Amino acid sequence: MATQHSRSAARLMMAPAVILLLGWMLVPLTMTLYFSFKKYLPMRGGDLGWVGFENYIRFVTSSSFWPSVVTTLTIVGGVLLITVVLGIFLAILLNQPMWGQGIVRILVIAPFFVMPTVSALVWKNMFMDPNYGLLSYLWEFFGAQPVEWLSKASMTSIITIVSWQWLPFATLILLTAIQSLDSEQLEAAEMDGASAPKRFAYITLPHLGRAITVVILIQTIFLLSIFAEIFVTTGGAFGTKTLSYLIFQRVLESQNVGLGSAGGVYAIILANIVAIFLMRIVGKNLDA
Amino acid sequence: MGRITLDKVTKSFGDVNVIPPLDLTINDGEFVVFVGPSGCGKSTLLRLIAGLEDVTSGQIRIDGEDATNLPPAKRKLAMVFQSYALYPHMSVRKNIAFPMKMAGVDEAEQKKRIEAAAKALNLTDYLDRRPGQLSGGQRQRVAIGRAIVREPSAFLFDEPLSNLDAALRVNMRLEISELHNQLETTMIYVTHDQVEAMTMADKIVVLRAGHIEQVGSPLELYRAPRNKFVAGFIGSPKMNFIEGAVAQQHGAETIGIRPEHITASETDGMWSGKVGVAEHLGSDTFLHVHDSGLAETITVRVNGEFSLRHGDTVYLTPEMDKVHKFDAQGLRFE
Repeated sequence: MATQHSRSAARLMMAPAVILLLGWMLVPLTMTLYFSFKKYLPMRGGDLGWVGFENYIRFVTSSSFWPSVVTTLTIVGGVLLITVVLGIFLAILLNQPMWGQGIVRILVIAPFFVMPTVSALVWKNMFMDPNYGLLSYLWEFFGAQPVEWLSKASMTSIITIVSWQWLPFATLILLTAIQSLDSEQLEAAEMDGASAPKRFAYITLPHLGRAITVVILIQTIFLLSIFAEIFVTTGGAFGTKTLSYLIFQRVLESQNVGLGSAGGVYAIILANIVAIFLMRIVGKNLDA
Repeated sequence: MGRITLDKVTKSFGDVNVIPPLDLTINDGEFVVFVGPSGCGKSTLLRLIAGLEDVTSGQIRIDGEDATNLPPAKRKLAMVFQSYALYPHMSVRKNIAFPMKMAGVDEAEQKKRIEAAAKALNLTDYLDRRPGQLSGGQRQRVAIGRAIVREPSAFLFDEPLSNLDAALRVNMRLEISELHNQLETTMIYVTHDQVEAMTMADKIVVLRAGHIEQVGSPLELYRAPRNKFVAGFIGSPKMNFIEGAVAQQHGAETIGIRPEHITASETDGMWSGKVGVAEHLGSDTFLHVHDSGLAETITVRVNGEFSLRHGDTVYLTPEMDKVHKFDAQGLRFE
C-alpha cells in the first residue's frame, strides 16, 4: 500500500463493498424516518399525508410504551447476568483437564447452532408445556403442582430460553480468555498466599475483564432486538411485550406503518442510551 | 533462617521418572545454583521445593521441619518466575503489596516495606505504573521486590534472566549477587547458563536427567570436575576431549584439556593443525583448529593480538599439569 497507484487501486476495489454497506444502512434508516412523519395505513387508505410529530407523540403516550421498555431492559439485563455468571463458571470447568474434553466442548456450543424459532418451540412444547412438558413431569414427580410457565412465569421463561441460547457464546469467549491466562501468574499468587477464591477474585476475574466486556456488548446488540422467542412462545402476552415486539404489532397487526416507524426511531434512541451506559461502565476494560 | 534439606526425593509424571531419589542440603544463607541442559529436571526440582508440584516420595525439610505436604504459601519461600508473572492489571505498588495483603500485614507496615523495597531496587519512580509500561529489567526488579517484601526464609529464582538482552543480563546478575550479599538470605537459582552459575554461585549443583552429577563451589567444579559431563558443561568455551593414542599415552580412555590451557605458536609445538574459524573477542581470540589428528576440532584460547589466519598451520602445546584424565566410564581420575 505504498505508492499512490496502489492506494487508489485499493480505494477503487473497496468502493463496491463500502457503497453497498452504506446503502444497506441508509435506505432503511431514511425510509423509517420518512414514514415516521406520515399517516400511512396500507389497508385503510394508504398514504394519508404528512402528520408532523403526531406518530411520535402517540407511540410514547400509548399505555404499552413504558412497560415495553421495562420488559426489554429486564430481558437484556437478566440474560446478561445469567450468561456471564454461568459462562464464567462453565469456562472454568471446561478449562480443567478431563476425559472427553473435545466432545464436551462441542456439546456446550451446540445450543448456539439451534435457530431461535426452533429452540423457542422446543422449550415451549417439550419443557414448559403444563400438561406434557418435561418440567411438569419433574414437578409431578416431587408431588408439586406443574407450573404454567409461559403464562404464570412468562418473563422467567423467556429469560431462561434466551439465556440457554446465548450461554454457549459467553462460555466460548470466556473459555478462550481463560486459556490465555498465564499459569505462572496463578502459581505466583499461590506462592504469595492467595487462596483459590482469592486467586479467582484477584487474578482470573480481572484477566477476564476484557472478554466479559466483549460478551456484554455483543449480546446487548442482539438481545435488544430479540423477537422470535417472544413471537413463538407468548406472542407478546403476559407482560413479555418488548419494544421491538410492540413495533411489530403496530406495523403488522394494526397496519400502521407510520406509528411503527416512529417506534423504530425510539428503538434506535433506546439502543444508543444503553450503549452509552455500557461504554461508561465496562468500556474502559477495552483500553489496552 | 533458610536451611533446606531434600531427603531421597523422587518425582514421576505418570510412568516417566523425572527425578530419581535425590539428596541435597542447602545451608542457610547460601547462593545455590542448579545448572544443567534443558530437560534435566532443574526447574522441576525447584518447583518441588516451592511446593508447586507434589513429591512422589521422599521428604523436604525446611529449617528442620517437614514441609513435604505443606502448601506453597506456608513454606515461607518466595519465587521469581521466568515470565516474572506480574499481575498485569495491578500497579507496581499493588503488585509488591499483594503478598502482604494476602498475609494480612497492616497498611502502615505494608507502606514501609514497599518503600524500602522500591528504594533498594530503584523502583520509586515507577510505583504507580502498570507492569505493561515497564521495560524487561524493571519488570524483573518488580518481581524481585514482590519476593523481598515477604521477608522469606529463601528465594527461588527460575531462570529469571533468560528473557533479558545480553547487556541487561550482566547487570541484573550483579544486582542479584549484590542483593544476596545485603540480605544474606538463602537463594536457589535455576539456570541453563553456566556463566550465570559460575559468576553467582556459592555452590553449584550440576544436574543431568534428574541426577546430581556434582555439587561444589564454582572453582572446585572447574578445577576438578567429577566426570566428562561436568567437565564439558562447566567452562566456556567447552573443554576439548581427545581420545585414542594420545589419551592412551596418559593411561586414560579420554583426556580433556581446556582451551585456555593450550599454548599456540606459529613455529613449533607438540601438535599441529590448520586454523579454521578464528573468533575475535578483542581481548582474546578463540581458534578452532582442524586436521590435528586429535579430534575434529580443538578450540584454543590465544591472545587477542595473535595473527594467524584461516588455513594457516598452527602448533599447539598443552599445559601438562592441567590435563584431565577420564576412564572408560567417563569418570575423572588423577
